[in-house]
Amino acid sequence: MEKRYIYADNAATTAVSDAVLEEMLPYFKEHYGNPSSIYALGRENERAIIDARARVAKCLGAQPNEIFFTAGGSESDNWAIKGTADRLAAKGKKHIITSVFEHHAVLHTCEFLEKHGFEITYLSVSPEGLIDPADVEKAIREDTALVTIMYANNEIGTVQPIAEIGAICKKHGVLFHTDAVQAVGHVDIDVKAQNIDMLSLSGHKFHAPKGIGALYVRRGIQLPNLIHGGGQESGKRAGTENVPGIIGLAKAIELATENISAKNDRIRPLRDKLIDGILQIDQTRLNGSREQRLATNINISIVGIEGESLLLMLDHYGIQASSGSACTSGSLDPSHVLLSLGLVHEVAHGSLRLSLGEDFTEEDADYILESMPKIVTYLRSMSPMWEKMQQEHIRLNADKTRLVKED
Amino acid sequence: MNYSEKVMDHFINPRNVGEIPDADGVGEVGNAKCGDIMKMYLKIEGNVITDCKFKTFGCGAAVATSSMATEMIKGRTIEEALQLTNKAVMEALDGLPPVKVHCSVLAEQAVKAALTDYYTRQGIDPEPIVGKVPEMEEE
Repeated sequence: MEKRYIYADNAATTAVSDAVLEEMLPYFKEHYGNPSSIYALGRENERAIIDARARVAKCLGAQPNEIFFTAGGSESDNWAIKGTADRLAAKGKKHIITSVFEHHAVLHTCEFLEKHGFEITYLSVSPEGLIDPADVEKAIREDTALVTIMYANNEIGTVQPIAEIGAICKKHGVLFHTDAVQAVGHVDIDVKAQNIDMLSLSGHKFHAPKGIGALYVRRGIQLPNLIHGGGQESGKRAGTENVPGIIGLAKAIELATENISAKNDRIRPLRDKLIDGILQIDQTRLNGSREQRLATNINISIVGIEGESLLLMLDHYGIQASSGSACTSGSLDPSHVLLSLGLVHEVAHGSLRLSLGEDFTEEDADYILESMPKIVTYLRSMSPMWEKMQQEHIRLNADKTRLVKED
Repeated sequence: MNYSEKVMDHFINPRNVGEIPDADGVGEVGNAKCGDIMKMYLKIEGNVITDCKFKTFGCGAAVATSSMATEMIKGRTIEEALQLTNKAVMEALDGLPPVKVHCSVLAEQAVKAALTDYYTRQGIDPEPIVGKVPEMEEE
């Protein structure tokens, strides 16, 4: 088996594409003007930003004046949630609805607000990793300021019923924000049709550079200024614009949102081949719904081995992937996302996430499927946990969330 | 995770992996819930550890520290093995990232747990010699 190099961690970040880089390059040295300057070098860049804003807006079904450039997804999430909280607290609305398996940019922001007198409802998710819109509706109260639910989960790739949640929020007059960092370029987004009031996105997840993102804010919603200073971003986020980043983001989102269904139709069978192939290994489980899932995401728990060891071995084979194990998160607990599905720690520790890129091939899938059983067999051969499972006939239970002794 | 070359070497090519069927002392520390289990087997003749093997469920550092610990006590006397500290294991691996220091502690404890088992089998109270080794947490 010839060694291959496969980058299967596109949910972590992506490479800047040639087309994006090419469009950005002139803005580093030739078109370096400050967009706020009066002379041509500045005016041209102001126009370039106006154009980029319109291009980004178009890809989301938004208006240009509804797009605010930020430094990325976490900033957008913080701004949307804390900004809304700040405005609506004055009207006595101090309740926010979110879910237990949001990205930490949302969860930790909500926890911060909790310390400042807000009440947060953390909706649980189904064993399949899906939020029930009916749960959102039940949780809405008189004093609910905001519902913030992620579009697609970053670890297990489950796609949430965003349009249904949007409709419920609209019906009840509650603002709805979605962290769409993992969704842009993977699913068709139309903020108007889906009743999304605010949406966070991050460029480096779809081949723009790191450090550029955007927040869509529906017209009529007055978020407080995030950064005070000059008049950039309608005075809401001051500071000289990241011109090359903004230009790169516009190009990248155009490319990413082009032919989404055709791209998904090509990659989905490869995803399914990997899922089916890895599940052939004894004592494994697919995490998250198979149907309501990004076409590029695979997340499987492999019992008896630990995630970081698995990643290091995969890396040794040339395969770059990610895991929800405690050891890779730097904390003592495994991923909150996997635990939210009802998995016990022992099952969550051995998780593997593969997130495929557009250039992923059948040969890549074959190579991963050849490598995985060897790696798993090797790691299990030196695992006292696996040894104990064999000796004492301990297996995954029926729903594969915990380990039980077989009779 | 910024592992040293030595850690990576001991992870990819771990020394002394396996079991000793007729071991004179076997120790197991850690638990599956926390994501680390180390099991250490010792063969002891006279006062000397003539063979030592391990099995580990855990991260790269857990495998590397157990591998290094076996190398450091194999062929040594029990007294020398009892002197093994987690710090010495870390130094031998050219250091560990701060979040992985506990793996080296586990490696030290695995050796002590195996020696505790050895003395217990001999009918000797291990505590005055080995000290207290934290019990494995069961579910």
